[in-house]
Amino acid sequence: MLGFIARRLMQSLIVMAVVSAVSFSLFNFVGDPVNNMVGQDATRERREQIREALGLNDSILTQYGRFVGNMVQGDFGLSYRIKRPVDELILERLPATLELVFVSAILAMGFGIAAGVYTGIRRDSWLSRALLSGSLVGVSLPTFIIGIGLIYVFAVNLRWLPSSGRGGTVDLGWWSTSLLTADGWSSIILPAITLSLFQATMILRLVRAEMLEVMRTDFIKFARARGLGERTINFGHALKNTLVPVVTIIGLNIGNLIAFSVITETVFQWPGTGLMFIQAVDFVDVPIMAAYLVFVALLFVTINLLVDILYVAIDPRIRIGTA
Amino acid sequence: MTDAAHDRRDDGSEHPIRPDEDLRPRADDVGQPPPPGFWRRAADSDVFYSFVRSPTAMVAAAVTILSMLACFAAPLIAPFDPFDPAQISLWDGKLPPAWAEGGRAEYLLGTDNQGRDMLSTILYGGRLSIIVGLAAVFLGMALGVMLGVISGYLGGAVDALIMRVADVQLTIPGLLLAILINGIARTMLPPESRDELAIYVVIVAIGLTDWPQFARVVRGATLVESQKEYVLAARVIGLPSWLIMLRHVLPNVLRPVLVLATIGLALAIIAEATLSFLGQGIPPTTPSLGTLIRVGNEYLFSGLWWITFFPAIALVVLVFAVNLLGDWMRDALNPKLR
Repeated sequence: MLGFIARRLMQSLIVMAVVSAVSFSLFNFVGDPVNNMVGQDATRERREQIREALGLNDSILTQYGRFVGNMVQGDFGLSYRIKRPVDELILERLPATLELVFVSAILAMGFGIAAGVYTGIRRDSWLSRALLSGSLVGVSLPTFIIGIGLIYVFAVNLRWLPSSGRGGTVDLGWWSTSLLTADGWSSIILPAITLSLFQATMILRLVRAEMLEVMRTDFIKFARARGLGERTINFGHALKNTLVPVVTIIGLNIGNLIAFSVITETVFQWPGTGLMFIQAVDFVDVPIMAAYLVFVALLFVTINLLVDILYVAIDPRIRIGTA
Repeated sequence: MTDAAHDRRDDGSEHPIRPDEDLRPRADDVGQPPPPGFWRRAADSDVFYSFVRSPTAMVAAAVTILSMLACFAAPLIAPFDPFDPAQISLWDGKLPPAWAEGGRAEYLLGTDNQGRDMLSTILYGGRLSIIVGLAAVFLGMALGVMLGVISGYLGGAVDALIMRVADVQLTIPGLLLAILINGIARTMLPPESRDELAIYVVIVAIGLTDWPQFARVVRGATLVESQKEYVLAARVIGLPSWLIMLRHVLPNVLRPVLVLATIGLALAIIAEATLSFLGQGIPPTTPSLGTLIRVGNEYLFSGLWWITFFPAIALVVLVFAVNLLGDWMRDALNPKLR
């Protein structure tokens, strides 16, 4: 078990090293950092001075070492456009993204698991068929089209819900939440549904497939033979045994939710990190691009690692294989 | 597509007969009927049987082929040329579809803000979306298959290196990576040629993100194939590795690639539309479906729903049909489910 964790940890570190090298090279490939800081009429001496002050005359390896050193401390320098520390900007916008992802994950899990169990048990009912065909449509609908559709129906036509922004926020010290205000909740509904729909269809299909598989196993037949009630069999025995792969996929998909929040946040002008990233790409704001890249990679690596460890911890069959 | 797939499988894994081998009747099998021709064998195949038996697959294939044909024939069948300023008049801008109040018969689906006929822009935009999707999938497939065969056949350090790179890349979601590659590539281009080259940049950005899946699948298949006698035989007679990989292993590992490529096409079309919608992809001067949706989205609040609705429907129908086709193909080509 310890050896397994150590090996996975090593892999994660390698991934992070590669990603940080890529984001470090962004600074060198995309534009000249000195030009980004001084005006056109700066003298040659002034440029040379800044070049020296920034350490751009050192060797690439020294620069990379310094970059990683700063990165570990959360320092990505100043944004070219907004002229503020990047880590501050990200921390400021992180609550918006995390709240959106959290609400979407709850929605996706609630709907996906319930519908998946239903379609797995009542295979031939018309509702199951409708849900299944619906899930295939859900996979084919690009996120931004779902968003536009919801905005058109609920914001433009019915005028029930706001089409953009986050609504009022409550400041809790270092975290500003919109989940404590009424218009905050009405603002989060549409983006959260948009973001969760694709994940919900994935979870539905996965839970259904797992349920069908488990229903064929001997221990379910044995439970039937023991005369246990339908309810106990479906939820106590079947669902419980489908949860390991489902938990894994949901865990891995949290990362995807954060990635896809880039699109959702753009459609709904949600003031989170995804919108910030798209704007940074538009304006070639390299420090933000680099920081976001490292941030997302770190998130993914951490989630992957946790899921792998959890997986081994939950399911003893895997432990035998790796020991 | 299905015919080719079937052909490959028949030549493939079970017995080492290769496509270029002479299959004509020889003197010693006189009296036996001649081997059936290509079409005959295709019609007898179980893949074809499963295709005919599945109405969904046939409808999906018909919709896919028809919409591709319509888009590629855009210059011939579109009622207007949306890129010819002589045919556009701002006075005809923002007209609703023909059946709605205020619509005009010559503009079946209405016009956009610049007075371009929606039906024509959708056909031209769809063509661009499909071309970008196909090119991106082809790029990702070529790269992935090549690296996969090399990785599986050579093994060792090369294999470890390629697969680790694939692992690292799979850590980051493809769409995010495409946005990033696209953004970096655009900033490295001179500003005046940015719009011209945008299409190629998008193709490369999407193509570079989907190679790891191809590489993984092909590597697995290559590992199996390279243990077989025909590869050993080729090695024994002293063929160079690259020739064995190209002529012997490659044709036999392509079957699963077909399914991946079909689903990949749907994903690539969505990826292009998403990039363009975010304003990072194809510029509005030569709009793709995603660009059309983005432009139309600005008019949604003033109630001009058709500018964004029809391109969106076109995109969804196209992607849905390709997805259904991929879904069916995965089941039909999977021997476990037969």
